[in-house]
Amino acid sequence: MMQNTDIAVIGAGPAGANAALTAARHSLSVTLLDEQPTAGGQVWRAKSTAILDAPNTPETVAGSRLRQEIDDSLVTHIGAARIWQIERSEKGWNLYVLRQGRSEVLHARALIIATGAREFVQPAPGWTTPGVLGLAGATALFKQEMTLPGKRTIVSGTGPLVFFVASEIRRLGGEVAAIITPNSRGDWLRCLPAMVSRPDLLLRGARWIADLILGGIPIWWRHAVTRVEGQTQVASIEFRKLTADWSPTGPARRVEGDSLCLGNGLLPATEAAQLAGLWLEYSLQLGGWVPCQVADGGTDIGGLFLCGDGTGIRGAAAAEIHGRLAGLSAVQHLGADTRAERDRLRAAFHRAARFGMAMTSLGIPRPGLLRLTTDETIVCRCESLSRTDIAAEISSGAGSTNAVKSGLRAGMGPCGGKFCQTTVARMIAETEGCTEADVPPPTPRPPLRPVPVAALAGDFRYSELPIPKPAPL
Amino acid sequence: MTKIYDIAIVGGGIMGCASALRMAEGGMQPIVLDQGDLGQGASGANAGTLSLQIKRVRLMPYALKGHHEWEAMGEAVGFHKTGGFTLAFTEREAALLHERQTLKAEAGAPITFASDRQIREAEPGLTRKVLAASYCPEDGYANSSLTGQYFRRRLRDAGIPYRERCPVSAADPAKEGFNLTTPDGSVHARRLLLAAGAWLRPVAALLGVELPVQARINTVSVTERLPPLVSTVIGHATGLLTMKQKSNGTVLIGGGWQGRGTPQEGRGHVMAESVQPNLALAQYALPALANARILRSWTGFEANVPDFYPLAGALPGVENAFVLGCVRGGFTIGPYIGKLMGDFIMGREPQLPLFDPARSFDEETT
Repeated sequence: MMQNTDIAVIGAGPAGANAALTAARHSLSVTLLDEQPTAGGQVWRAKSTAILDAPNTPETVAGSRLRQEIDDSLVTHIGAARIWQIERSEKGWNLYVLRQGRSEVLHARALIIATGAREFVQPAPGWTTPGVLGLAGATALFKQEMTLPGKRTIVSGTGPLVFFVASEIRRLGGEVAAIITPNSRGDWLRCLPAMVSRPDLLLRGARWIADLILGGIPIWWRHAVTRVEGQTQVASIEFRKLTADWSPTGPARRVEGDSLCLGNGLLPATEAAQLAGLWLEYSLQLGGWVPCQVADGGTDIGGLFLCGDGTGIRGAAAAEIHGRLAGLSAVQHLGADTRAERDRLRAAFHRAARFGMAMTSLGIPRPGLLRLTTDETIVCRCESLSRTDIAAEISSGAGSTNAVKSGLRAGMGPCGGKFCQTTVARMIAETEGCTEADVPPPTPRPPLRPVPVAALAGDFRYSELPIPKPAPL
Repeated sequence: MTKIYDIAIVGGGIMGCASALRMAEGGMQPIVLDQGDLGQGASGANAGTLSLQIKRVRLMPYALKGHHEWEAMGEAVGFHKTGGFTLAFTEREAALLHERQTLKAEAGAPITFASDRQIREAEPGLTRKVLAASYCPEDGYANSSLTGQYFRRRLRDAGIPYRERCPVSAADPAKEGFNLTTPDGSVHARRLLLAAGAWLRPVAALLGVELPVQARINTVSVTERLPPLVSTVIGHATGLLTMKQKSNGTVLIGGGWQGRGTPQEGRGHVMAESVQPNLALAQYALPALANARILRSWTGFEANVPDFYPLAGALPGVENAFVLGCVRGGFTIGPYIGKLMGDFIMGREPQLPLFDPARSFDEETT
């Protein structure tokens, strides 16, 4: 089945799907791969068949339109496919794809990586209690299954996502107990000039907030959840006011609820780009460590292109255009002149990016946020390591994320460090008196996702084992 | 007045750190410099196998001593003496196994040949396709990823200064020894020990010496935590498989399958076409691995010279400079040969002879 393609695209969200569609219009064979069975990514996730009749939202409309465009195009869309390894070859790229329990290889002349973002949650006491889920994770529940996190939900976090989640819970008939956000009204006011660049998106956000205020939902500006209470399920949470640097201060308040949606902004998912050979650079404005990149989705590695939130958090609107730019750059690499087309897109990309980055700025963590993670709070879920465990390793001289990983296994569990590494890096920076930009994430390792041995072994015949020259005796 | 150390050790792996500790015990003032973190090169990336069955005949006395060193380090490095089986699945492999393990037994390793029944009783999870096997009760493993943590603490306890993420970019002869240029400023030392593993060639080049060091790029993979499947260290007559289940339940799979890349690039790359047969062989030997998920594969650079014997002695042509590395089975032997090297530098007679780096490498003796 999969063998050769001109362009392979990893990730079928707004960025990757648009990159694929754009490239396919230039008479190149394009293969679009995604872990999800249907295209749309996290933001435009498809409704499951059980809820097809549910009312549409701007996300479902955009997603349906995108899926239709892919169906109508010459793009080969392969869903439910996990890339586990990326290798450069003389002719381009070899992608090792896990599909239906088997590993297959796809050869591509050019590769576009559009792996999107993942959520950062600053660990606080009790954050691993059942009933706590990420803000972004909650949106996946709404979009795909229209399921609510609970009966009475507390929604807490930075940026616009906290208002979107609260507003969706209410639309789907759930109760929002409170909204708690580290951002102040002033933080939002400072974003206004940038937000005016996309009045459509600004208006949508204003509607969420108006709806919440009219609904009488308490909004606690410049506050954060400092403790989650409950044994087998969330029962209540404690929250406190934050100082200007986001350190918790003043007396704790309490609100009851059976669920908590919690998030502290998005982080670019960079592992695939790293595996393809790119180094990372730190950009506070783009949400942290991002792959080294040049204009229009290009990179310093020939035949390798990037787009969307995986290159820096600019939001879905920018990702669509970034995807088109990266698709055109890949087409240019394979021989056609796309400069004029890219010139026409660039201004719109910058406008959308300006809006998205203003939203990203609301999530930029301030130093005090680390204080939410108390000594006994679990930081590494896979190995059940508390902040105290990790602090002890750092103070005994482990001055890099690799060293903490080696010594404690923080980052060696099934999650591959996706939950803990940002917190570990910030702890190292605080201890060493440097910034997060001085503490790179650990060396990426394949497979990108856990893969069963049998899938990798394939149809092994012992007689075909390549026996090398015996080792020197 | 700038501080002048008695010796600067370039490379904070097992060998560099073990030498530093030995010399500090002898009253010298060493400093250890590493371009990355301590123990993050081959010392921390290898599969941690401590097996006499895969050691070279001539290095067996060193390996036996090395095993004692690891046993003494014990829990702090995750040491476990489990015994180990080396398996043969074909007549050809059985013949190879018999020939080679007999020689290793004669060299002092307590290796015996195991019966079918012995294997089945000890390792019921192994495939029934085993045709022949050897057994060594001394075999086991340590947790290589703890190497950095362990030696960092040992250096601290011994009061030996070390600098991590501190590559040496120039080494110039000075009035008293050497002046090393690093991002943290100059380091002055009367003597120099190069213990930089796969990076020995560029480091020696700073002193105008060309060492014929090359690197193999060995791949290691690890599974998620699993219920007990195997209790000893498993090897293969061809050397294409090493496997052990650690006390936390993860299974570590190696066997010298080659990745791609050079030490100069900073890191090696796992190659799917190499790791896939490695894992297939592991599953062939231990069928229950089929459903286990692989969480990570990585590579480590194993340095060697053309005759595959260590570089351990004076650096040719540079007074007061020494080199230690390229030890086949370096994880096992490293802590011991590091001590020998320390003794040699301090002018003492090493317990076992070292390996003169000035020897001729023209003839490949395999």
